[in-house]
Amino acid sequence: MSQLAKTSAPTPGGSALLASTVIGGLLFFFAALFSDDPLFRFQALIFVAAAVIAGFALTAGVSGKLFRDEPDRYMDGVVKAGVIATMFWGAVGMLVGVVIAAQLSWPDLLYFPEIGWLNFGRLRPLHTSGVIFAFGGNALICTSFYVVQRTCRARLFGGMLSWFVFWGYQLFIVLAATGYLAGITQSKEYAEPEWLVDLWLTIVWVAYLLVFLGTIWKRKEPHIYVANWFYLAFIVTIALLHVVNNLALPVSPLHHRSYSLFSGVQDALTQWWYGHNAVGFFLTAGFLAMMYYFVPKRVERPVYSYRLSIVHFWALIFIYIWAGPHHLHYTALPQWAQTLGMTFSIMLWMPSWGGMINGLMTLSGAWDKLRTDPVVRMMVVSIAFYGMSTFEGPVMSIRAVNALSHYTDWTIGHVHSGALGWVGFISFGAMYCLVPWLWKKNGLYSNRLVEWHFWIATTGILLYICAMWVSGIMEGLMWREYTPEGFLAWSFIETVSAKHIENVIRMLGGLMYLSGILIMIFNLWRTVKLPSVERTDALSAPLPAAA
Amino acid sequence: MSESQREKDAVSGVDTTGHEWDGIRELDNPLPRWWLWVFWATVLFSVGYWVAMPAWPGVKSYTQGMLGQSDRRAVATALADLKTQRGASAARLTNASLEQIESDPALQAYALSVGQSVFGDNCATCHGPGGAGAKGYPNLRDDVWLWGGSLQDIQTTLKHGIRSGDPDARMSQMPAFGRDGMLDARQVSDLTEFVVALSGRQADRAAVGRAAQTFVDQCSSCHGVDGKGQQALGAPNLTDGDWLYGSDRAAISAQIHYGRNGVMPAWGQRFDEETIKALAVYIHANSGQ
Repeated sequence: MSQLAKTSAPTPGGSALLASTVIGGLLFFFAALFSDDPLFRFQALIFVAAAVIAGFALTAGVSGKLFRDEPDRYMDGVVKAGVIATMFWGAVGMLVGVVIAAQLSWPDLLYFPEIGWLNFGRLRPLHTSGVIFAFGGNALICTSFYVVQRTCRARLFGGMLSWFVFWGYQLFIVLAATGYLAGITQSKEYAEPEWLVDLWLTIVWVAYLLVFLGTIWKRKEPHIYVANWFYLAFIVTIALLHVVNNLALPVSPLHHRSYSLFSGVQDALTQWWYGHNAVGFFLTAGFLAMMYYFVPKRVERPVYSYRLSIVHFWALIFIYIWAGPHHLHYTALPQWAQTLGMTFSIMLWMPSWGGMINGLMTLSGAWDKLRTDPVVRMMVVSIAFYGMSTFEGPVMSIRAVNALSHYTDWTIGHVHSGALGWVGFISFGAMYCLVPWLWKKNGLYSNRLVEWHFWIATTGILLYICAMWVSGIMEGLMWREYTPEGFLAWSFIETVSAKHIENVIRMLGGLMYLSGILIMIFNLWRTVKLPSVERTDALSAPLPAAA
Repeated sequence: MSESQREKDAVSGVDTTGHEWDGIRELDNPLPRWWLWVFWATVLFSVGYWVAMPAWPGVKSYTQGMLGQSDRRAVATALADLKTQRGASAARLTNASLEQIESDPALQAYALSVGQSVFGDNCATCHGPGGAGAKGYPNLRDDVWLWGGSLQDIQTTLKHGIRSGDPDARMSQMPAFGRDGMLDARQVSDLTEFVVALSGRQADRAAVGRAAQTFVDQCSSCHGVDGKGQQALGAPNLTDGDWLYGSDRAAISAQIHYGRNGVMPAWGQRFDEETIKALAVYIHANSGQ
């Protein structure tokens, strides 16, 4: 009986959330009313629309007592929502990627001189933010919510707060994406949103940190699992990077535009301190956390070395933060700073590889699963791509190599071997694990479809990165070639025409990768439709009894 | 469960650490030796690089490095070397007239090579990589020239530009007859028919008749009574088939209404005399002139 009373208590935070939604909605309504900047009004009205939707949902939830708190169960609803959001944004972000790859091959495609919404310049940040922050971010948030509960044996902290994190993050994505299309940008790569959207993300991110820390705080395990160190490093550092790089003064509180606190080379250095550590802490540390849970869990083997995980964690955290200046070789940045950026990038090689060794060696004793379980194969290939791109990165950071590779397609290829191979595949692996676990199924709808996904996507990645190596090195060589008279041998536009074929191959590779995720979405959807193996009226899995 | 003891993993024979989270255990393997050695090797390399190259900042300066290498000095040296390399051949252009360059095959070959390189990264942006032009940007491969196609004319245009703000820039202005209210909509439309007729095409005769006097009053001072234009004023010939802003009625009417005036930069502010000469020879050689 006490069990029943316990589970029917309302989740804390529902009313507080409703109150702040109403206040926030009204605030943005008046802001939209008094602003004379159409782009600001556009974003304020999105806030108003979100507040209206959230207001209705919360009112229905609070008055209908739909938000039940079940302290003896894991909070899996928000994780399920995260899985769906991950797959949705993944398909959107990759589709935009294929579109802009086609625009690079055929520049007239979707080019409307009078309406800029679909120009390459606006779609490009939509693609990068779409795959990194919308796809990758949702994958990180939902897996972190799942992993932190399981490895702490504790329900998520904060009641409704985790739902605020989820929906607040989706609102951030919508604001950023529509803003890019409308032409709002502060021109900082991977940090394009302007001050208003930046502030919103800061609020959401602090809530995320609270949920995560709170859950660790009330854990029932004596130690904190390595995956949680990585998740925490990712959440804390991204907060720091985001706030510092976006320090800016708005033109007015009712105008979308702002001016950065930094200028000139200081601005560039701050931006690349941010930009490189977005790679380091978002795309590396966060996804290593994912690997540290899902690989040993899936192959049912112990993590290879506890000691290696500690040493490579701290080495990675300490060294990564210094590597940013390698994005500014041979620029106005003082040479000593370039030296430090390069050498720290080289020293980063082994700390990065520590994760690869721990991931791969965890399979010792279970290598046969590579043959029998395509999900394991996907995660292993992901770790292999991780190893490759974390070797390629330090090589490209060497000034002499960078003199050839910088600004060329080689960089694009490098990013995509990491993004498609490592980040994409480890997330796919995690999602293939999570869906049957969360929806209580015996397994996936079809392992054959996972095989198809694996082979199509892997071939796509190889086409992509090989095309980019060829075109990158070719254009790098063309750019530096002089005529015997001492003049540049090629004009820029000639080097662009020269890589047309590689651009088409890149688009085909991307198209294959996109097809893979569509197959995956179909497979996961059919998996959810399968009959469940246990009763799911309780929605979430119970917490295991205390030892 | 969570307080479980260290135990031996049956597969590897290695001890676990005794921790367990959601069924995940950890082996107590040491750091791989090769991993550690390669890490120390990269640290050693970095320290060596710091000693050799500019590296750590201090209060007023930074450690210069034992090799004394400096990017800024290296750039200055490279630029000076380039100047020397270019200078040896370029010196031959200095005292040669444009005609002399064109008549000396060796000198011309050199000028063409320089011209092609400079054209690609500076002129191609507007005039196209092959110089074929685009709407609003003249075709440089034909024999139609707004400001003259002789070597001297091309050199002057290159050096001072067109409506560029340079004191010696080529200047003229096509008025915005419609927008500025000098002609009403009907006059603009009649004049459009007149211009269409000038280029030998079918046009509304009545409109052409009505516009004849307007053309004499408003247009002939630059374009000539016969509409054949004047290169001294950059006024295009309206009787040929070459149209900078388009040949159809809408394009002609828009030009009379808005009077667009294109701008060409003054390249003399960016290139030295020899490069301008080489470009002039290159453009001249590739034109229909």
